[in-house]
Amino acid sequence: MEILVCVKRVPDTSENEIEVNRDGTDINRDDLVYSVNEWDNYAVEEAIQIRDKVGGSITVVTVGEEEDEEVVRREMAMGADNGMLLSDDAFNGSDGKGIAAALKAAVEKGNYDLILTGAQADDGAGQVGGMLAAMLDWPYASLVNLLEVIDDKKIKVGREIAGGNQEMNEIDLPCVLSIQTGINEPRYVGIRGIRKVASLEIPVQTAGDLGLAGDTVGESGARVKRLDYFVPELGGGADILEGSTDEIIDKLLELLKAKGGIK
Amino acid sequence: MISPAKAFVFGFPTVIFSLIIPLVGVAIFTYIIALRLKPMVKASPDPRLDRLFARFLKMLKYAVGQYRHPRYPDAGIIHIALFSGFVILSLRSITLVLLGISDGYVLPGMSGMVGQVYMVIKDIAGTLILAACLAALYRRIIIKPKRYAVPSKYGKEHTWEAVLVLLLITGLVICDMLFEGSEFAARIQNGSRPEILAPLTGTWMATHMLRLFPMDMLQHLHLGAYFSHELIFFFFLCFLPMGKHFHVITSLPNVFLMKLDKGAVKPVKWGVEEDALDDLESFGVKKYEDFTWKHMLDFYSCVDCGRCSDNCPANAVGRPLSPRFISIKCRNYSFNKYPLKGESVDVSPFIGKVLEEDEIWSCTTCGACEQECPVFIEYIDKIVDVRRGLVDDGMVPQSLQKPLGALEKRGNPYGKMEKKRGDWTKELPEDLNIKILGKKETADTLYFVDSITSYDDRIQDIGRAAARVLTAANIDFGILGPAERDSGHEVRRFGEEMLFLDLRDRNSEAINNAIVNRIVTADPHAYNALKHDYKDIPPVEHISSTFLKGIKYGNILLKHVENSDKIYTYHDPCYLGRHNNLYNDPREVIDSIPGIRRVEMTKNCKDRSFCCGGGGLMLFYEPIEEKRMGQVRVEMAKVAGANVIVTACPFCMVNIEDAIKTSGLEGEMEAIDLVELIDQHIIND
Repeated sequence: MEILVCVKRVPDTSENEIEVNRDGTDINRDDLVYSVNEWDNYAVEEAIQIRDKVGGSITVVTVGEEEDEEVVRREMAMGADNGMLLSDDAFNGSDGKGIAAALKAAVEKGNYDLILTGAQADDGAGQVGGMLAAMLDWPYASLVNLLEVIDDKKIKVGREIAGGNQEMNEIDLPCVLSIQTGINEPRYVGIRGIRKVASLEIPVQTAGDLGLAGDTVGESGARVKRLDYFVPELGGGADILEGSTDEIIDKLLELLKAKGGIK
Repeated sequence: MISPAKAFVFGFPTVIFSLIIPLVGVAIFTYIIALRLKPMVKASPDPRLDRLFARFLKMLKYAVGQYRHPRYPDAGIIHIALFSGFVILSLRSITLVLLGISDGYVLPGMSGMVGQVYMVIKDIAGTLILAACLAALYRRIIIKPKRYAVPSKYGKEHTWEAVLVLLLITGLVICDMLFEGSEFAARIQNGSRPEILAPLTGTWMATHMLRLFPMDMLQHLHLGAYFSHELIFFFFLCFLPMGKHFHVITSLPNVFLMKLDKGAVKPVKWGVEEDALDDLESFGVKKYEDFTWKHMLDFYSCVDCGRCSDNCPANAVGRPLSPRFISIKCRNYSFNKYPLKGESVDVSPFIGKVLEEDEIWSCTTCGACEQECPVFIEYIDKIVDVRRGLVDDGMVPQSLQKPLGALEKRGNPYGKMEKKRGDWTKELPEDLNIKILGKKETADTLYFVDSITSYDDRIQDIGRAAARVLTAANIDFGILGPAERDSGHEVRRFGEEMLFLDLRDRNSEAINNAIVNRIVTADPHAYNALKHDYKDIPPVEHISSTFLKGIKYGNILLKHVENSDKIYTYHDPCYLGRHNNLYNDPREVIDSIPGIRRVEMTKNCKDRSFCCGGGGLMLFYEPIEEKRMGQVRVEMAKVAGANVIVTACPFCMVNIEDAIKTSGLEGEMEAIDLVELIDQHIIND
């Protein structure tokens, strides 16, 4: 099975102190460290498990700049076979639709049976997977937490629905799936693994290579404009109970009784 | 009495048996040993022939001198009796074999007085062995000490093996007693006196019991005892390499070849330089043959005595780890894969089926097992090697991936900003200006803080206390601040060697930029790393040693203990105590506080200290366990009658304070770091 996994390089929320910059156009990027978007790791792990079971190859793609190549390399260290970087100044300022358009062009140049994306990105809006499927006119399932290959025409996908219930669907290939965390346990990528792929050439595709028209990507193609970044004003209504565990429990019980939470 | 060298049975000269039995026995034995060596030939290299004199002395002390045996008094004394008896009887056994071929044979130098004295000593030794065997059988069959039990997941009881061997040994000495006793009895009947016969020995008793036996019965008994001895002896020889009694052969070499550098971890592959690591096809142990030959010798040498697991804190709290069964499982695997006869059985995958992932990650590398093992089997290096293999294959528990990623990106497992590494000093008073070394400032001493003390809210208190005490003691010191990285101690011990090397190189560069005369740290894990894992940096000492010197030279003056109701006990951190033999400095420092009352957790102190739960990355790991190690440790302190546990390690502090809370002992029990204790009692002029 030929699998394409779309990944993204994001500031790691657990390893950064995210602050909005002074003019509210972006977050402060001076001291940020980046990593692969968490959901994407699950998508790549799932792809590796499928490939190891039924054969084929995995290509990892990202849209970004030179430094974004790092995440493609990391996923190749994890076990993906090929990498691809879609990079062009024309992509700057793209909204979700622009990114999906670039990816669509890349998909059409290949011969993929299955496209996986993360369900969302730490710094994103969870749009690209669905848009990409729509643009390709391929079937789409979101928030997939279970995947089973039936044959080279069909797969079975599971989604968690309300109340922890599981929904199972059959879906025709080729298709696009957005992968939820917890579908597997992504393998660890050590320094050694990254060094092994350090010298591999990762092909770059520009807007021209992909045959993309100027008004489909970048700022000019964006239909969504970001207006502002700001930190919400600290509101009231939150109480922090203090004291020993027993005291806290007593206070909490009192509060719950007083406000009608329990009788 | 006709000797077995000259006797005839049904017309056959028995000397034929005297020749055939040893020949067949030695041939089978050689064949078995050759097969046992087969996997060792395929194993990884392991240079163990350096520092021969030191090795020889260790062997004398620990193997010949049985130094560790009395740590378990009952079994220890029985073993010392058996071992010393065996050593003495070895000459007798050789003589006996040759006696069956050549009548009246004596070993060179054993004629005359020497031989006479030896015969008396060996009679006593034989009797001693007999008594020890009976005592051991009583323990095995009647008392059944708990540590010999085999949990069902590891298979069936091994008691039969121990009992069989005890019976074989009993048989051997009784045969010799009857062989000699029948001869002496015959001589008495003939009116001649036997040679010197020590009263109350087995031979003496046999002689007296047989005195009235008819001569022809004595002759039968004489030959029967001899050939029974021969058969048991050579059966025993060939039985040794079948299981735990292999140690009779392997333990002396195993002790001689022991790991001499405590605290250090073996390189990924001996003989491969660090800069060539990238070219290695694979890292660590993924299959049995990836172990080093010495580690295989360890498996062969395991006596199944259970002392390791009896002291293993992971085992004690129900984690899926029992060091004893690491050895036993690997030995069984090896025996099945390299069988003496029949098909080779390979249980695969080795990691997963023989050794399990949870088992391997459960180890805190506290070293209690290695401290106890009478034959110096290594566990930490093996576990680290298996972890290296797991890391190489990406099989790292999810709970550890985040901190490892953060260490890679930010140089600390919490993912905090590098530039905030020195922020813990901000809460110190203005006049206490902590120098950041490296750029402009220099100092005599570098205080190496490490990640947990830099970033953890609670542990930062220890850092600030250290800064205050060092200042009060007039020590010119500074820190690396943002240039410091995690020491990487657990990174290496969790198998991520390349990340460790990266952290080490960055730290080494920062340390050498600082130009200091020495390094002081209050973190035993950092101490151990800097001392054993780093090269070409100034000497490092733990802050307890710094304090002790300060107290001795009068630079640290301590006031009378504040609260005389408090009874203190000192918890030995693994990486200060067992791995670096630093037991007394912290105790002396505590005892320097006038009026302080300190008790020992007598059964679990010093080299038998019980691990708090592990440091570094172990704080992030989510083990399968029934209770926390820290809770067991707090209970021990309580039993000792203490209400304050003094630690000298930030990770111990985290684990023990946690345990005090989860055990519901808040208010009854407290924990304090040695540095904080001194900070509380120091007199500032």
